[in-house]
Amino acid sequence: MFSGLSFTVAQGEGLLLEGPNGTGKTSLLRILAGFGAIEQGALELKGADEELTIGQRAHYLGHQNALKLALSVEENLTFWANFMGQSVSSSTIADHLGAFNLESLSSYSAGLLSAGQKRRLALSRLELVSRPIWLLDEPSVGLDTASCALLADAMSRHMAAGGLLIASTHTDLGLTFKNKVNLGDLGGRAT
Amino acid sequence: MTVFWSLVRRDLVLTLRQGGGAGMALGFFLTVLVLLPLGIGPDLNFLQRLAPGALWITLLLSVLLSTDRIFAPDYEDGSLELMTMGPMPLELVALAKSVAHWLGTGLPLAILAPGLGVLLNLDTLLFGPIMLAMVLGSLALSLLACLGAAVTVGLRRGGMIISLLILPLYVPVLIFGVAATNSVTGVPELFGPSMLILTAISLASLVLAPIAAAAAVRAHMT
Repeated sequence: MFSGLSFTVAQGEGLLLEGPNGTGKTSLLRILAGFGAIEQGALELKGADEELTIGQRAHYLGHQNALKLALSVEENLTFWANFMGQSVSSSTIADHLGAFNLESLSSYSAGLLSAGQKRRLALSRLELVSRPIWLLDEPSVGLDTASCALLADAMSRHMAAGGLLIASTHTDLGLTFKNKVNLGDLGGRAT
Repeated sequence: MTVFWSLVRRDLVLTLRQGGGAGMALGFFLTVLVLLPLGIGPDLNFLQRLAPGALWITLLLSVLLSTDRIFAPDYEDGSLELMTMGPMPLELVALAKSVAHWLGTGLPLAILAPGLGVLLNLDTLLFGPIMLAMVLGSLALSLLACLGAAVTVGLRRGGMIISLLILPLYVPVLIFGVAATNSVTGVPELFGPSMLILTAISLASLVLAPIAAAAAVRAHMT
């Protein structure tokens, strides 16, 4: 799909993946998360517990939101926090829902949410469970302007706290990324 | 362990809240047991001889009915990707899903079987043994169902293939389950050995099925 790709992301830095549709942004993020293998080359995560893979230290937000429509907003978030090994109180949940303006919807079933609200619910998972790497695939899809600003805030908070961020997005979130990779220039063909 | 039970609890809540889960299996079980005597006729002795086998076959088919809901919904909405990433090993994810499936379908059906067996004039002597054998056997059924669901994850309309794949694995459970149940009124010496073999099948599935299921999911996801 692409070749000759090389990048380094240091603590507190972000990497923006660019390129036209079909050049491999999603594939690269999925490889980083541990889905799919690379033909040649290597990925290395320095300074971390060697027992853990990049995927186990990362949040991956793909095109799908991993929400259960039959569960309420709060139940969805509580489950993922528990599953990722964190016990949470309902006030913590409310705080993190508040970060994406969802606190008034916490008892609603997720099936009643709009596409943008579902995306915001998926995004509120990122800060609830602390993981040093965020792999975000088009995180702003479906979000309105106000929510895009909330997302940009969350992303800059994460980087300010020393986290790594690798994201692909076509929307200008007003963030400055220290590193950029354009997959379109690396033989990623838009077919 | 908290992580494990949080997944079991979520899957159970989902089967109870959504149609097509526990309710469907129970409805199917009841429908078949109501229709059987109507189709076969009112010969009470014949029904009594038929009852254990009929109950077991109905249990098998009811469990099969909800099999494709074990992994498919999580695969479709991206949850399975996150589960693959950890921190809980995929083997335990598969085990948690099997346990939830068992608690949601197999176990309630096993407990209801003697009561519904009345519709088939099931011998009252068999009430205890059939429930015991079904509780044990249905655990193996759910674990094997989970394996079948894992192998067909990502296939649209995988239900038919799951049935074909795991029906052969269900045959020993059926044979020894019916043998254990029938032995009470037939050859009582057979009850012990049949129950032991049934337990062995369940224990072997408990160890092997989650490992195989995890390998299948991992092969598909990565």
